[in-house]
Amino acid sequence: MDGSGLPQFIATGITQGAIYALVAVGFNLVYSATGIINFAQGEFVMLGGMFAVTCYSMLHLPLALAVVLPIAAVMLVGAGVHYFTIRPLRRAHLLTLIMVTVGVSVALRGLAKVVWGADAYPLPPFSAGESLSLAGANINPQSLWVMACAAATGAALTLFLRCTLQGRAMVACALNRRAAQLVGIRVERMHMWAFALAGGVGAIAGSVLAPIALPSYDVGLALALKGFCAAVLGGIGSNAGALLGGVLVGLLESLGAGYVSSGYKDAFAFFVLLLVLLLRPSGLLNVPTRREER
Amino acid sequence: MLPDGHSLLRLQSVRVAYDGVEALKGISLHVNEGEIVALVGANGAGKSTTLNAISGILPLRAGEMEFLGQSLVGRRPDEIVALGITQVPEGRQVFSEMTVLDNLRMGAYLRLRRRDRAGVREDLERILAMFPLLDERRRQPAGTLSGGEQQMLAVGRALMARPRLLLLDEPTIGLAPQVAHQILETIARLREQGTTILLVEQNVLASLRVADRGYVLETGRVVLEGPSEELLRNRDVQRAYLGKDYEEV
Repeated sequence: MDGSGLPQFIATGITQGAIYALVAVGFNLVYSATGIINFAQGEFVMLGGMFAVTCYSMLHLPLALAVVLPIAAVMLVGAGVHYFTIRPLRRAHLLTLIMVTVGVSVALRGLAKVVWGADAYPLPPFSAGESLSLAGANINPQSLWVMACAAATGAALTLFLRCTLQGRAMVACALNRRAAQLVGIRVERMHMWAFALAGGVGAIAGSVLAPIALPSYDVGLALALKGFCAAVLGGIGSNAGALLGGVLVGLLESLGAGYVSSGYKDAFAFFVLLLVLLLRPSGLLNVPTRREER
Repeated sequence: MLPDGHSLLRLQSVRVAYDGVEALKGISLHVNEGEIVALVGANGAGKSTTLNAISGILPLRAGEMEFLGQSLVGRRPDEIVALGITQVPEGRQVFSEMTVLDNLRMGAYLRLRRRDRAGVREDLERILAMFPLLDERRRQPAGTLSGGEQQMLAVGRALMARPRLLLLDEPTIGLAPQVAHQILETIARLREQGTTILLVEQNVLASLRVADRGYVLETGRVVLEGPSEELLRNRDVQRAYLGKDYEEV
């Protein structure tokens, strides 16, 4: 961190918050279609980052390719997670499925450790150039990439869910699974696409974050928890809320670390989560009732 | 249009089990083109199960189902909709957070996937004209509609698929008598427009009055079948199902 003081804390917070927002958008996507909170979302981000650095530094692919390929790869991982773990349990209770995603997250983390070891790998920034100086804060170009990706992804997904036939169908699956089936929507296939898209969104977050925070096998858990804070804070299911929630969590974390103690950096996000859960518990307890009883 | 001697829909010795219990123990029935056929019986007789088996939601343990001479066994729900069978499920099941218009469009999901946009727009206007109450509320979330309006929306949504056979599961349940009457009138009107209907109803008297023929189900079996007037005159039917209804009407 070059700058100091409030402007710099705000810039850092917004950048970090944009990443949390991207994670929250991934949560929203799976939640909107299936009612499941997918705790493997953080691992999708980790895999995106790991695939990107692998493509770049081990396979020596051009940077653009090394950033785009992982999106497709993690989409496949997302679809696979649905196909092999969620689909066989489709008659299980929603809470069971949520627990399954926790298991998937542990498994993916373990696999990543076996494949890549415990080291962190670097990725160069997407564009070269000087840091931007704005109101006393130094904003490096990669931060701008992070913010742009978060805003663009959130907007694109919102458009998709609101304005396209398949997006509406995905929403219909979550609103009423039986009715969706009866109008001819292939609900399982829609769920698979939701997981795949969540994987793609995770990969975008992972590779855009990699030049700022080196990815290693264990970055997913903290990202998932803070992304979850952001999603709950913004109201789960809403992408505008995810962006707002993400930035709020990021700002709080950065300001807390700057003005209170950097030792408690992680605690601030969770403190907010606790507050939200205490003051607006309906936001969370509503989850199982979103789906009709089967 | 139909091969000679074939009904639109034919079920032969259909058995369905779920959660280890056999809910249908060999049901045979048929529906001819242009008919309204009523499926009546007590709770748990297997009426809804029959509709869900036809819609491909519950798998068959044994038996045969044919629609337009093609087997329905093993087909997915979306394939069955594509063949021309649409179900209006019990409890209406509208997409409550979507607008009336979006609900209707979702009904035409498979047609929109085939890019039949002009046809869908035409049907949308036709159905909104048929249900003026829905037209007034076209931009309202479906969850804010009354029970009767939601039922009309559910029927309208099903019609958006342009079905040749409409399966109606308890369309009047939980509705005020006057509203229930409107729904039954709608059903009669649909038949005049050429839609074939298989109707499941707890209101035996009302459903046999709109239907041409009926089947009486008891614990997963057909125990009686015949033209509606015959069933209405049948002693057993009167004793078992109509005693209470006569007092109400």
